[in-house]
Amino acid sequence: MTSITETTAPVSESGGVAQQMERIAEEVAAPAADEVDVTGRFPAETIDALRADGLLSAMVPEAFGGRGASVAEVSEGLVALGRHCASSAMVVAMHHIQVACLVRHGRSPLLRDYLVELVERQYLLASATTEVGTGGDVGSSVCAVDVAGGTFRLEKQAPVISYGQFADAVLATARRSAESPENDQVLVVCRPPELELEQVGEWKAIGFRGTCSPGFILRAAGDAALILDDPYADLSTRTMLPMAHILWSSLWLGIATATLDRARRFVQSEARKRPGMTPAAALRLADTTALHQQFTDLVRASVDRYQQIQDDPDRLSALGFAVAMNSLKVSASTLVVDVVRQCMVICGLASYRTDTPYCMGRHLRDSMGACLMVNNDRIMANNAQLLLVHRGE
Amino acid sequence: MDETIRTVLAEHGRLATDANTIDDNADLFAAGMTSHASVNVMLALEDAFDIEFSEQMLKKSTFESIASIRAGVVEMAGS
Repeated sequence: MTSITETTAPVSESGGVAQQMERIAEEVAAPAADEVDVTGRFPAETIDALRADGLLSAMVPEAFGGRGASVAEVSEGLVALGRHCASSAMVVAMHHIQVACLVRHGRSPLLRDYLVELVERQYLLASATTEVGTGGDVGSSVCAVDVAGGTFRLEKQAPVISYGQFADAVLATARRSAESPENDQVLVVCRPPELELEQVGEWKAIGFRGTCSPGFILRAAGDAALILDDPYADLSTRTMLPMAHILWSSLWLGIATATLDRARRFVQSEARKRPGMTPAAALRLADTTALHQQFTDLVRASVDRYQQIQDDPDRLSALGFAVAMNSLKVSASTLVVDVVRQCMVICGLASYRTDTPYCMGRHLRDSMGACLMVNNDRIMANNAQLLLVHRGE
Repeated sequence: MDETIRTVLAEHGRLATDANTIDDNADLFAAGMTSHASVNVMLALEDAFDIEFSEQMLKKSTFESIASIRAGVVEMAGS
């Protein structure tokens, strides 16, 4: 396992993964961000730029042709992307979460070959974990993979598949067999030509509009070796959930950073108008900067916490780690709204109007998505349950 | 002891099969026990045997079969 999860960061001529993502965030994602938001279109230019630099396989180990980037590097790159275009950052985060699951839990020769192909062709992976009829609980499935003669078949009613129509494959959860209970799930790679996505409805949301996340009826078939080897419950606990909470938190930090940038510029421009007089909003800026620092340090500490145990399945499965990763999600999704709100108060109407350089409409709308995508109340209920037995060690 | 474990499983395990007849080594999670249910099983076992599972024991593998639960209870009762 160690051989495929090396975290050494190769630094190419154009810099490390984080720096390359940062450059694309500034040069490609930022200029398109408002249009992506207003029209609710997929940020194709950002994904194409990442693809051109081989960054869609940033987290694939070098042995498979990837960049072997660490979680820390990708997290840093996502902060930069989130700062300029949160929709782009969310697409990229969700993609890397799926890649991490493949890297760490897909051991069949076919899945290994697929990983090499993903690197060569720079595939974009989407995910279908929620399902109509499960009440938002991703830990249970109604649909089941039907395996016969080494081939699987699957039909799933997915209420949401982010960027489904732009993805090169969808990783879907399903019950292991028609006889399996709802929580005995597997994750399966569904890919063309044996993947059909029939769109149901439209994605009309107030934020993360560029993720293009309508519902779909997913119909797929393929070699049964495309089913990931580890049970979904295990790969979710060890990889999908911690990676999701860390990478989402990273891009939420980016949103908060963008508003703090605007607030700081606003206060400084006020200060220039009356040298010698500290602007009234300067105190709130100091306060919000402290809040933003808590957020930054929370994300960094969580990355460290994960990286220290990332190759130890037992420690990744420990209750304390699950509680910590759930707490990270709830804290980060709360902090992003808090920082955005404070920054809006600092800039006043300039942040509320859409025709000023301090406008924070997009950031406010995007930030509210954080506590809703996997609802914080559901996550807290999960922690409440875990804490009935956790020893706090 | 086995009878108590099976009673706890029947009451809290939410298994798709009968807890009184399920094989000693059968995978309880594959039989439908959710992680939510496994926490309740844990609590009920602690009450029934007057033990407290240590942090190291609080993992999926401890509760994956009747045999592994028995081994866990014996270890905790002896410590």
